[in-house]
Amino acid sequence: MLEGARVLLLLLALLPGAVAVPAVARAAPAPGTAAPEIAKQLTDVASKDPAVQEAAAMALGKTGNRKILPLLEALREGSVYVHVSRGIRGTVIVGDKVTDGERTLVPLFSAYGREPVTGADGKPLLVELSALEEVSAGRSLRLALRPLIDAFSGQSQLANPDPGVRRAAATKMGNAGDAAATPALAEALGRETDRWARHAMEEALALIGLRSSDDAARAGGAARLGSLRSVNALDRLRDIAADSSTAASVRQAAGEAVKRIERWSLVTTTLELAFQGLSLSSILLLMALGLAIVFGLMGVINMAHGELMALGAYATFVMQGWFQAHLPGSFDYYFLAALPFSFAVAAAAGLVLERGVIRHLYGRPLETLLLTWGVSLIIQQGLRLWFGAANVDVTAPRWLSGGIPVMVGVQLPYNRLFIIGLAAVCVAGMYLLLFRTAAGLRIRAVTQNRGMAACLGVPARRVDAFTFALGAGLAGLAGCALTQIGNVGPELGQNYIVDSFMVVVTGGVGKLLGSILAAVGIGGLNKIIEPSLGAVYGKVLILVAVILFIQRRPSGLFAVKGRHADA
Amino acid sequence: MPTRERWAFLAAGTVLLVVLPVLNALPAESPLRIGDFTLNLFGKFLAYAVLALGIDLIWGYAGVLSLGHGVFFGLGAYAMGMHLMLEIGTQGVYRNALPDFMVWNQVTELPLFWRPFHSGAFTLLAVVAVPAVVAFVFGALAFRSRIRGVYFSIITQALALSAWLMFNRNSLNLGGTNGLSGFKTIFGFALSEPGTQRGLYMATVLCLGGAYLLCRGITGSPAGRVLLAIRDSETRVLFSGYSPAAFKLFVFVVSASLAGVAGALYVPQVGIITPAKIGVLPSIEMIVWVAVGGRGTLLGAVVGAVGVSWLQSVLTTSYPDLWLLVLGGLFIAVVLFFPDGLVGGARRLLGRLEAMRRGALRGRPDTTAMKDAAIERAPR
Amino acid sequence: MTPGTATRGSIIYLEDVTVDYDGFKALRDLNFYMDYRELRVVIGPNGAGKTTLLDVISGKVMPTSGRVIFGKHTDLVGRRENEIAALGVGRKFQTPSVFANLTVRENLELSLARKSKGVLATLSARLDASQREQIERALSTIGLAPRAEERAGGLSHGEKQWLEIGMVMVQDAELLLVDEPVAGMTDEETERTGALLQEIAQDRAVLVIEHDMEFVRSIARTVTVLHEGSVLCEGPVDQVQRDERVVEVYLGRGRAAHA
Repeated sequence: MLEGARVLLLLLALLPGAVAVPAVARAAPAPGTAAPEIAKQLTDVASKDPAVQEAAAMALGKTGNRKILPLLEALREGSVYVHVSRGIRGTVIVGDKVTDGERTLVPLFSAYGREPVTGADGKPLLVELSALEEVSAGRSLRLALRPLIDAFSGQSQLANPDPGVRRAAATKMGNAGDAAATPALAEALGRETDRWARHAMEEALALIGLRSSDDAARAGGAARLGSLRSVNALDRLRDIAADSSTAASVRQAAGEAVKRIERWSLVTTTLELAFQGLSLSSILLLMALGLAIVFGLMGVINMAHGELMALGAYATFVMQGWFQAHLPGSFDYYFLAALPFSFAVAAAAGLVLERGVIRHLYGRPLETLLLTWGVSLIIQQGLRLWFGAANVDVTAPRWLSGGIPVMVGVQLPYNRLFIIGLAAVCVAGMYLLLFRTAAGLRIRAVTQNRGMAACLGVPARRVDAFTFALGAGLAGLAGCALTQIGNVGPELGQNYIVDSFMVVVTGGVGKLLGSILAAVGIGGLNKIIEPSLGAVYGKVLILVAVILFIQRRPSGLFAVKGRHADA
Repeated sequence: MPTRERWAFLAAGTVLLVVLPVLNALPAESPLRIGDFTLNLFGKFLAYAVLALGIDLIWGYAGVLSLGHGVFFGLGAYAMGMHLMLEIGTQGVYRNALPDFMVWNQVTELPLFWRPFHSGAFTLLAVVAVPAVVAFVFGALAFRSRIRGVYFSIITQALALSAWLMFNRNSLNLGGTNGLSGFKTIFGFALSEPGTQRGLYMATVLCLGGAYLLCRGITGSPAGRVLLAIRDSETRVLFSGYSPAAFKLFVFVVSASLAGVAGALYVPQVGIITPAKIGVLPSIEMIVWVAVGGRGTLLGAVVGAVGVSWLQSVLTTSYPDLWLLVLGGLFIAVVLFFPDGLVGGARRLLGRLEAMRRGALRGRPDTTAMKDAAIERAPR
Repeated sequence: MTPGTATRGSIIYLEDVTVDYDGFKALRDLNFYMDYRELRVVIGPNGAGKTTLLDVISGKVMPTSGRVIFGKHTDLVGRRENEIAALGVGRKFQTPSVFANLTVRENLELSLARKSKGVLATLSARLDASQREQIERALSTIGLAPRAEERAGGLSHGEKQWLEIGMVMVQDAELLLVDEPVAGMTDEETERTGALLQEIAQDRAVLVIEHDMEFVRSIARTVTVLHEGSVLCEGPVDQVQRDERVVEVYLGRGRAAHA
């Protein structure tokens, strides 16, 4: 009851001119109802006196009421008019023009909330533009409106259904540090359910507090930022802690917050690096898997393995181009098509390589090493001549950009997650293939004793070709995955081949588990050493580590002890 | 040395050491004159040949494939380059006693490890000793833990990659990516003088002759037979009472020193040394010289180094895109069709002709010689 | 002839030797010894540890526990293969391993006992008259004198085996370890190999691993039977062949009896 009465009251106050227009007044729910003080300013905004007009606009802006935003935007655009109906002046917003025979009509919208004004028949009210009185907004007003509108749009973004948008809006408001945003933020925080959006809003509020003139508020803001582990605020807090003109209490709070955040950021950067290391490891693992099974099976060191990976990456690039040209609508799905395509391209190249040359060289590892090196030079130069020496652009599909925030300051990017998942699937697939299928049994038989397997009727040559193609295909997949986190250029393969060999050497030839551990170890080490010593010394250190490691375990992590054939 | 080989050696030495420089010293209008540029280029190729002899020693004889010899070449080259840099003195662009790149990098004091290179004698020692020491430490670790075959190759390739990465760093104070260049004099002789270049060429020929004799001495001795034996069966060598690791380490160090000498001869003749000469690709290019020439024959190493480098210099000037394709093709062709390289192939052909001649005399083919040829071809 | 009593007079003496390959015991508490100039044959079913025994003596495998004493009091445990070879233990592998790219003569020269087999000593090594003679003798013993200048890679399987025996001969080894010397040989070759081994055994101890019982009977004085990593029985051929335990082991019933 009480609620209804208030609505009625507001309704009456809202459209001063409308009280006498039963048709408009009858339109319920009321098209935009406003509190009395707002109603006054809605009228004043249409005033001919710029001072009155600006004061009214400012006052409206300060309310923080979201229903005011359309009016302010309309003011800037110049689509605010005064509608005089039976002597009563009302401020309205006009919509897009409609032509009706000779006449040009515009629909009217309420100034508060921009809701359609309906006529007596319940249809939207259309009037001739000439019947309206234009409200002009001067430049100074337009300039003054701008921050107000920004604040409003931020505010409306705070209510966006997408939590990502809400987070971004809060962060932007926090960085702007305008105290005017406080009520909106506080209100949004009150109804916010998403953890990360809440965090961003709290952070924004604390940042605004930090800007305050009140020392207690500043110290509180600093302490709050510290407990929020806000890496965004680190620089500002450092400045405050170092600024001697600031009150001691504030400086102390800021100093403590800085320490707290720094400790946390150490944790987060380590985690982030470990994660990057893990995704690098995944690529190395895909490479090393192929290398290791081929070496274990045929004693072939494939120096062109890196170039097979490059072929996979370029296949992805080609697939992307094809989607752009033929299926621009489903561009985002090019990557799904590129995965099998890059596998197939690299596997086909591997098959040609194996059938064409490598099969003539079994049991001569040093010769195959030289030969495949030659092949790698030719592929590399071929790619350079065909695609150009510069890196090519591979765009990430939209569903692989962004990531999952797991902790304050730590986000797991989808592309890296995808790569790790891909590697895991491939390893599991390899395991199943090798240990659960007839083909795998053949591969293992030929690996262990080629002559005996051949005597038992295993077609060793076909097993070789199949395995080589499989290994090459895995390299192609690695190349496809790499496009999402690295550059694609003709020398792509060279950057990874040495590391992959290190993985094979450390992991032990043909040992699945050894390869996994070695890949994780070497990839992780790479990324962990990088920030402190730089990539160069990281590589050098890893080489030293591998050599020292081999001193202790000459046949890799998981060497089979016991009787083995005499070398 | 058998008489025939001795005569060939002396004849080749005379042509390289006396005839070519004399032809170069002829007046410019003489039609027989060999240009300064050609002689200089040839000097570079012969420096490569010194390196190739070292690679042949360890790969062709002991069967150990090192993909990191660019590093040893680079160490010798940088040692010489550092001395030449210091010889520039205050003649550089910045008129500073420090090398120009240090001034550019705002280094104010000559780093400690540069200082001994003021001395020419120390430099000549370092050219041999630095690669030797690095090879000794690396080789001792690798051979002791019985890293063999492709494992050794991979590890040495990682060495080449690491060294290349390091030499690219400015913080190493070796000129970063641009390396060392802008040399003016060597031991007081102006490098721009044709006479100096001729002298450098002759020094290269002498070094090559010395390196040849050294390698010939090693391969002709019982130790040379141990090296061949290691290639056949390391286990048998071990159980015959020899330590394969010690022999491999020995040739690895000798071969690294030769590479260092080659680098030192290269630098004053070419006038620049950059990290690009010591990476993975140049290291493996060196292998193809020996493979094309014919591994296991010292002559093959020399022929291969000069021949392939000459081909490279022709192709890179006229068809730069083609060179890498040709190089890749060379690798494949040599491995598939000429495992003995040019010299090995030629010898086999001669051997077969000889067998046919003898067979014709006796009325039947000489099976022993044919069998020998067959064994030579057998996979190793 | 119980273990321990003959330590002083034995050329090789293994005491409580165990070799453990990740849980699989190839040798367990093995005690084994041989006299100077003895020709001993070791037999046993597959997996009995015969080859591991040779590996332990020649330094290829480090025993998990136990001692290996060579001669008077040289402990071989922890020494490298080439050291042990230089001390006077020669080994011939099951598959012929000769240097295919060297001539027959060079193969022998390389194996020749030298004062030092270090790198520098080898660089300047020369053969003296007595060494030359030793090589000629070995060449005629193994019957390869006419083919001395041919590459070893061109020899037949049997010839390679003899060459390898010749190589360990000129090595002046006091103890020779020979792993299945007649596997894959023709009857004539087997015959000659037996004679060769007996000739060699005249001035050094020879330890032979063999499966071919006819061959064993033709050369052996004493036979040791290994089973599951330890000595099952030891004695003259005839006695061993009559031993019931040996019969059981070879017929496969042994496993149940010993489990």
